[in-house]
Amino acid sequence: MANELTTREKVNRGLGRRRRKELAFKTIGLLATGVGVLFLGVFFATLIGKGASAFQQTFVQLEIELSRDVIAPDGEIDLAYADFDGLVRNALRREFPDVSGRSERRELYRLVSIGAGYQLRDLVAGDPDLVGTTQRLWVPASSNVDMLIKGNIDPSLDESLRPLSDQQVGWVRALQQDGMIEKRFNRALFTNGDSREPELAGIKGAMMGSFYMLLVTLVLAFPIGVAAAIYLEEFAPRNRWSDLIEVNINNLAAVPSIVFGLLGLAVFIDWMALPRSAPLVGGLVLTLLTLPVIIIASRAAIKAVPPSIREAALGLGASSTQVVFHHVLPLAMPGMLTGAIIGMSRALGESAPLLMIGMVAFIVDVPGGLTDPATALPVQIYLWADSPERAFAERTSAAIIVLLAFLLMMNLAAVILRKRMEKRW
Amino acid sequence: MTMTAMTETTPDSYVTSAESAATPDRAPTGSGQKGAPPIPPLQESKTGLETGTVGNIEARHPFMIAEDVNVYYGDNHALRDVSLEIGKKEVIALIGPSGCGKSTFLRCLNRMNDSIESARVTGRITLDGKDIYRKEQDPVALRARVGMVFQKPNPFPKSIYDNVAYGPRIHGLAADRAELDAIVHTSLERAGLLNEVKDRLDEPGTSLSGGQQQRLCIARTIAVNPEVILMDEPCSALDPIATARIEDLMDELCEDYAIVIVTHSMQQAARVSRRVAYFHLGLLIEVDETDKIFTNPRHKLTEDYITGRIG
Repeated sequence: MANELTTREKVNRGLGRRRRKELAFKTIGLLATGVGVLFLGVFFATLIGKGASAFQQTFVQLEIELSRDVIAPDGEIDLAYADFDGLVRNALRREFPDVSGRSERRELYRLVSIGAGYQLRDLVAGDPDLVGTTQRLWVPASSNVDMLIKGNIDPSLDESLRPLSDQQVGWVRALQQDGMIEKRFNRALFTNGDSREPELAGIKGAMMGSFYMLLVTLVLAFPIGVAAAIYLEEFAPRNRWSDLIEVNINNLAAVPSIVFGLLGLAVFIDWMALPRSAPLVGGLVLTLLTLPVIIIASRAAIKAVPPSIREAALGLGASSTQVVFHHVLPLAMPGMLTGAIIGMSRALGESAPLLMIGMVAFIVDVPGGLTDPATALPVQIYLWADSPERAFAERTSAAIIVLLAFLLMMNLAAVILRKRMEKRW
Repeated sequence: MTMTAMTETTPDSYVTSAESAATPDRAPTGSGQKGAPPIPPLQESKTGLETGTVGNIEARHPFMIAEDVNVYYGDNHALRDVSLEIGKKEVIALIGPSGCGKSTFLRCLNRMNDSIESARVTGRITLDGKDIYRKEQDPVALRARVGMVFQKPNPFPKSIYDNVAYGPRIHGLAADRAELDAIVHTSLERAGLLNEVKDRLDEPGTSLSGGQQQRLCIARTIAVNPEVILMDEPCSALDPIATARIEDLMDELCEDYAIVIVTHSMQQAARVSRRVAYFHLGLLIEVDETDKIFTNPRHKLTEDYITGRIG
């Protein structure tokens, strides 16, 4: 009896200390999580705060006379050489008839983007009957006007410190009062390739480049990775060689990505003479980068298949190949897919190796295939972040938002896929 | 009391115990072609007991014969010179304390040890006179003849139907869907599961209760129509009612199949088996008819085990 009491006393004496420790640990954990969430919140808040405005773009309404004399001087519509810019300039002059003098007019013309001329050309190309009529059209404003409207240029600053002169600001205010300036959804961001003019620059080229690269990566890395994982896990004899291979695969996963870029440059471009700046080469490099991740994840998924299932199949007389393809693979597939998607999202976010293989070039055209020159989303972000124009700052943030949205979607797909495939069993 | 000594001084009891094959224990030197190494003494040898199988290793209609089987897991000598016959349509129980090698021996009979890389098997195990460890023997073909039921019910994460149909499918036993349906139904019926699951053959096998799952595993095994069914503690994860059902099932199944069952329950061994083999530290100590083992064990170790002094 006395013994029991002392035991209980001992336990009780220790209880307070244990509780304190537990509380301390919980507090530390909570703090750590809090710090993480805080930084994430700040990150998203600044990103969205900076980038959200890029999804809107300022447009100017102009009454444009699609003069037959200009568009079809010889009777036929001349899309290539007609002076569509001149039509826009005429419209601006009509809007502000009292502007005179060369330099003043030039300042006036700078209110509207050079994209306005292209817009007119496309309009006429789409509907030739419009030639000879006068249309009220919304054309993109120049990036400086856009920045002014979005409040990124402070008109109270000294004239020499801002890109718009007092006169230009005055014209913009006049147009605003007439309701001829409006912010609209920025379609160009998603339908255009890169451009030197911020108001015309879009991420479609980069998105397509990333898409083609990931396509190559998925088609190559997933089957190769899964096959390697199955061989290593199920068939390879355990000896010094397989140990060596395993160590090296794990090392490959930790190799800095730029090294893969150098490898791609040396092997795919110099030696195999594949085209520079092409999504094909980018995809191959990203395949090398993703393979170890997929192999490691797939091996883990295969290892997680309970041995009892293997034994059951073996005991029924299934061959080891049948065991793998009938039982192990279906059970390991969710894990393998998750690994693959996580590897792919890492590949999507990778920029360093792409710099090495020339995917950092300024490319206006949207790539139409695997061998067309292209950039990728993260490289586009890098390029825009490097641009001096004010308007590229918000586009950089917008591109980051788009990239993050894609990453989020891919990770979500991994979770959903895993959930659904697991439910089936 | 060495084996050879026993052979020479054949007691009458042996003769009566095995009517058809009246020869008593074979000495390893007599049966093993290669000349077996001397049996290492047991730890208990200081108590005066010596090693070697006592009783009668011979079955009434033997068709699976193990001779001088040794198994090594790396450096661990897990099974030493085990010789045992398995007869047609009999239930033989392998009993013994944990780690005594009974499961190891069971897994030798359908070469499940092949998948363990460090495992090495020496000696001879023949099925219908042919060595199952010979080079030409395909373990796949062997396992179609020697099926196995495991300790933990391990249905495939597929439908009940697919679980049973899997074996016939991979071996190509059914020509068409109707034939496969027939095999699945008969197998489930023979495993005593059909009435419980016939309306939900599409449901996953894992949705069944533990006992039902184990009967599903048995159905899956007999769907391939094997000659021997190996059962590795098939009831250790089941409650007494499910256990009783499996035992009843074994009684029925032994009309067609030979059953080798490893069990930790001596009551179970007594209930279901005709013969019992007692293993101890990798040695086969004693084999005999079940009632002889439980009423009149010959070896001190067997007696200690069944009276509860070991294990």
